Amino acid sequence: MFQRFLTALWERLKSWEGLLLILLLATIFVNSRLTPAYLTFENQINLFELYIEKIIVALIMAFVIINGEIDLSVASVMGLAAGTMAILFEHGAPAPLALLSGLAAGALCGLFNGFWIAYVGLPSLVVTLAGLIGYRGLVYVLVRDRSITAFPDWLNRLGQQPLIGPFTLAMLIFFALAIAAVILLQYSGFGRYVYVIGNSKEVARYSGVQVHRVKMALFIASGTIAALAGMLYASRLGAMRGSTAEGFELEIITMVLLGGVSIFGGKGSIWGVLLSILIILNLHNGMGLAGLSGHLRAGVIGILLILSVLVPNLAGKVRESLGRQRRLQRAVETVEIEA
Amino acid sequence: MNWIRRRFRPEQIREWVLILLLIVLILSFGMVIQDYYTGRTFNRISSSIAIIAVMAVGETLVFLTRNYDLSVGSITGFTAYFVGMQLTRNANIPPLAVVLLAIGTGALMGSVNGLLVAYGRIPAVIVTLGTLALYRTMLVEYSGAKTILTSDMPKWMQDLSSTTLFSIGQVDLRLIVAIALAVVVLFQLVLTYLPYGRRLYAIGSNPDAARVAGFPAQRIVFLAFVLSGALSGLAGFMFLGRFGTITVVAAQGSEMQAIAAVVVGGVSTSGGSGTAIGAFLGAALIGLLEQSLRRIPAISEFWRDALLGMLILLAVATDLVIMKRLREFWARGELRVESSGPEGSGMEQPSQEALHPATGGK
Repeated sequence: MFQRFLTALWERLKSWEGLLLILLLATIFVNSRLTPAYLTFENQINLFELYIEKIIVALIMAFVIINGEIDLSVASVMGLAAGTMAILFEHGAPAPLALLSGLAAGALCGLFNGFWIAYVGLPSLVVTLAGLIGYRGLVYVLVRDRSITAFPDWLNRLGQQPLIGPFTLAMLIFFALAIAAVILLQYSGFGRYVYVIGNSKEVARYSGVQVHRVKMALFIASGTIAALAGMLYASRLGAMRGSTAEGFELEIITMVLLGGVSIFGGKGSIWGVLLSILIILNLHNGMGLAGLSGHLRAGVIGILLILSVLVPNLAGKVRESLGRQRRLQRAVETVEIEA
Repeated sequence: MNWIRRRFRPEQIREWVLILLLIVLILSFGMVIQDYYTGRTFNRISSSIAIIAVMAVGETLVFLTRNYDLSVGSITGFTAYFVGMQLTRNANIPPLAVVLLAIGTGALMGSVNGLLVAYGRIPAVIVTLGTLALYRTMLVEYSGAKTILTSDMPKWMQDLSSTTLFSIGQVDLRLIVAIALAVVVLFQLVLTYLPYGRRLYAIGSNPDAARVAGFPAQRIVFLAFVLSGALSGLAGFMFLGRFGTITVVAAQGSEMQAIAAVVVGGVSTSGGSGTAIGAFLGAALIGLLEQSLRRIPAISEFWRDALLGMLILLAVATDLVIMKRLREFWARGELRVESSGPEGSGMEQPSQEALHPATGGK
């Protein structure tokens, strides 16, 4: 009886999203017990505001990883786009030119990555690692060791103040992109292609999917969205340095992998990623309210990243050995009955 | 033609190209920069190369098994601080114990990576991306954001960066450079002659075949990570010796330099091919660029990372496009030589060729 209850519970938990939901509720519960002000609306909005750029990039990163690739260069692209925009503003360029140049810089980075990965066939890990170093290098070429604050007032206001109701522009962009991501990945033909290629490039190619075109599109999108996020980040901070957004890729990838997206591609959903984003936000917020330093929080995120892959691995192993035991038991029983 | 085929392996071409590139760079830097060919320049560049080279050799071992170790920079930083802290507390620790402490600390951190990758079956990118953050956090927490100063070190440690084994004119062979050279030679020998070294190649070339052949794949990968950690620990000791002042951001980002050195040095990112000497040459190229570029006023040092990124891409792309062609060319040549053996002059003594296929037909 008790065992049956356990198996039923296990079946429920087996879906990664179910586990994430429980984890999220637990985090919120603990946080709200520790800090009375936790569940207020302002705090929740504030929580979103601090990490909004990373979670915007996490959406497109989910596509890239489900497609069986990885983009380590996003943080550097964020920096490069912000740097391009800042330099142009500093030299008094008109606003549309500055904004579009920032986006174009990101799209170009994505095009560059995509070319080597999709058409030449280099591993994305190496290409985007080179991008991580190279694009960051370009940021330093652009801004050197200065801090650029010559943004127009309207841009800073747009970055820092709510636009509609309590939501800032970045949040509205995130909501729009999240809806688009769900539709595109879960309910469109393109989304199916992304999954098929992630499962098996060969199968996809023989089924007539234009593998390199899909990959190219994803990397260009990744670069462009990272650029957008970088510009939002710079306008929220109201300043731009060479090290802006440095090291963001770790947390972005953690958000995606914790959301149940397999690093080998082909598995995962935007729903899981959205849940894991909420978990990480709440964890950060809770740790911040509890007075943990930024570095310590980065360490916790690092552990979380490892656990998010280790736990399913171990669970799979346990399930496998349990199944073997059960089969063995059944075999022994039949032998006994026959005897 | 056959003589050339037998003399040079395609893998060695990369190394010769690197040496050629180094010579060309040194010559052209010499033309642009004033007073370039001095002992001081050599000493500065060689000390800079030494630390990257030691990390790169460790990274090579991991790369050979088709894995990555992104945490080497954090391990180097942590051991540098940890060992420095022990020395400030107790200046009487003998030098050998200090070195062993650094290597041991690094090995311990590497073993965590190895355990998770080899036995926990988590992709190395995830594990080491996680420990990259984790070990850096440990450093920040352990240090309490305090800085270790050179003046707190015992005398021998303060002198380590200028300790010289011997010098020819102005050119000194610094102790840390000698350590790096020893590490490169030692691990090149291990990779070439020891069963463990050969098994690293076997696992990287074809993990399934290696497993079927009965190699303890998990243990071999685990050990590769431990060795990588241990070498990063040694690099941490050298870092402490070279800079003396250690902050919480010590060696941050140096994992990128190590990986760049390895990739530029011709170690394959899909495992199974590469040498320690290649990694050393890669480190030499990066160290040379880093130290020389900042002396050219026209190109500022800010260009360094942008160039580094391009260099990595170029190295990997040539590896894929050109080296693959070359390797095929070589393999075809080998086939032709072997098949033409029995038909041609080798007719009289075919048994010898059968016994020594590696030497090919004469």
